[in-house]
Amino acid sequence: MRLYELSFNEIEEFFYKLAEVRDIIKDSGLMSFLPEKELPEIATGTARVKHAFPIFQKGGVIMDVTNVEQAGIAEDAGATSVMVLDKLPYDVRKSGGVARMADPKIIEEVMNSITIPVMAKVRIGHYYEAKLLEALGVDTIDESEVLTPADEEHHINKWEFKVPFVNGARNLGEALRRISEGASMIRTKGEAGTGNVSEAVKHMKIINAEIGALVGMSEEDRVKKAREYQVPYQLVELTAKIKRLPVVNFAAGGIATPADAALMMWLGGDGVFVGSGIFKSQDPAERARAIVLAVAGWEYPEVVLEAQKMISEQKSMMGIDIKSLKPEELLQVRGQ
Amino acid sequence: MKIGVLAYQGSFEEHALQTKRALDKLKIDGEVIAVKRVNDLDVDGVIIPGGESTTIGIVAQRMGLLEPLKEKIMEGLPVLGTCAGAIMLAKDVSDAKVGKKSQPLIGVMDISVIRNYYGRQRESFEANVDLRSIGGGIEKVVFIRAPAIVKVFGNAKSLSQFKDVHVMVQENNLLATTFHPELSGTTIVHEYFISMIKK
Repeated sequence: MRLYELSFNEIEEFFYKLAEVRDIIKDSGLMSFLPEKELPEIATGTARVKHAFPIFQKGGVIMDVTNVEQAGIAEDAGATSVMVLDKLPYDVRKSGGVARMADPKIIEEVMNSITIPVMAKVRIGHYYEAKLLEALGVDTIDESEVLTPADEEHHINKWEFKVPFVNGARNLGEALRRISEGASMIRTKGEAGTGNVSEAVKHMKIINAEIGALVGMSEEDRVKKAREYQVPYQLVELTAKIKRLPVVNFAAGGIATPADAALMMWLGGDGVFVGSGIFKSQDPAERARAIVLAVAGWEYPEVVLEAQKMISEQKSMMGIDIKSLKPEELLQVRGQ
Repeated sequence: MKIGVLAYQGSFEEHALQTKRALDKLKIDGEVIAVKRVNDLDVDGVIIPGGESTTIGIVAQRMGLLEPLKEKIMEGLPVLGTCAGAIMLAKDVSDAKVGKKSQPLIGVMDISVIRNYYGRQRESFEANVDLRSIGGGIEKVVFIRAPAIVKVFGNAKSLSQFKDVHVMVQENNLLATTFHPELSGTTIVHEYFISMIKK
């Protein structure tokens, strides 16, 4: 079990700090809406409620699904959540055109058929898709580069929503920008729909290295970093203090086998997202179960080996070598 | 004293931290370990964290831990189950929307639990609960897609209620909460659990 190396171990203070970051952003005029300071007897959608939810996903596998049948397979396999999409990333890549949020009727069907949380994706900067998903009642919104961005310049101000958001990141600056915009969870971007884990590995290592560098820095240099990252200094300081991202960080993008999933846990992921890797394989039910086992028991090679034996490499999804993709075909560069 | 936290999935790190804080506060020399395999079960008490009860149950079964853990608990091993952990302990479980579903559980405690009682994440909330029965005060805690203990029978005793349901119940060596003491500013629930181990 990894533990935060905390000199800073007051959990309540942790949530409070994130709320403080939000207030700083609000004061700098970037936020128009702030929940009540005085708590009513029952308070929903607070910073604490939003940031707590992803904590209960840790050590879990979140699976992309496109219909009720796939959602049932994911739940039975032990997924901690499903992510509903119109098309799996692999098919988004193949089909081209504009990729938008999934059909709300299908999301609703999935919500009514399983007990685990249901997430769904919106286009980067698409406030209204997010408003619709919030009205529908999804448990988490993924503002995702896998869909075609709606706003090339800005992300959604996530503090305005009561539903938690997850965002992709390729480096620490991107991760902290998303957190300062209100994201409750981060995932590596990887290169979705390729079945190739190399980009997810790269992003996780970059984030780890940049946090390491931050820890060793003087206060003066951290101030400079905060400016470079375009985030409040308090967020940079908090990250250096707890020596990890201040929110839950999952690995995503190209994970296709139990060994891939275990590798990402070993690199420090709090859990994994599996997209095309399961339902673009020939053995989705077995593979889903195997990846759940590999993530839960990642510290033990013999457990991961048992998981890897549950699937057949011949049934894995066909991978795409990143080097064969043209720069304009990369999904990860969308929305920095 | 050695306290184990079932560490496959969920808020196991937060429980480990909160347990360490409680041990420090009580000036008890103890260690907190992750429980993932059968040989990790050599502990004086075990915590089943919040998370997804289906995942925790499926993985525990797959790792061959579910039955040995259940046996230990039936022999008297003190256990604290929070949220998903309370679901794991309950004898009777159903879902507010989907109804009864088969999932691997420990099923030893005389309580009826309804999963996702308050609704989805949008309906998750923080509120003050009364923990005076275990020596605490009125404490602010979070309920995340929380279950509710709607019925307490047999030897189980309710220690705290919120609105119309029970939020903390004890039955001998078993302690269940539907809120998350590991994500609150107070260590009182963990201190109380440690006092159950000491007995």
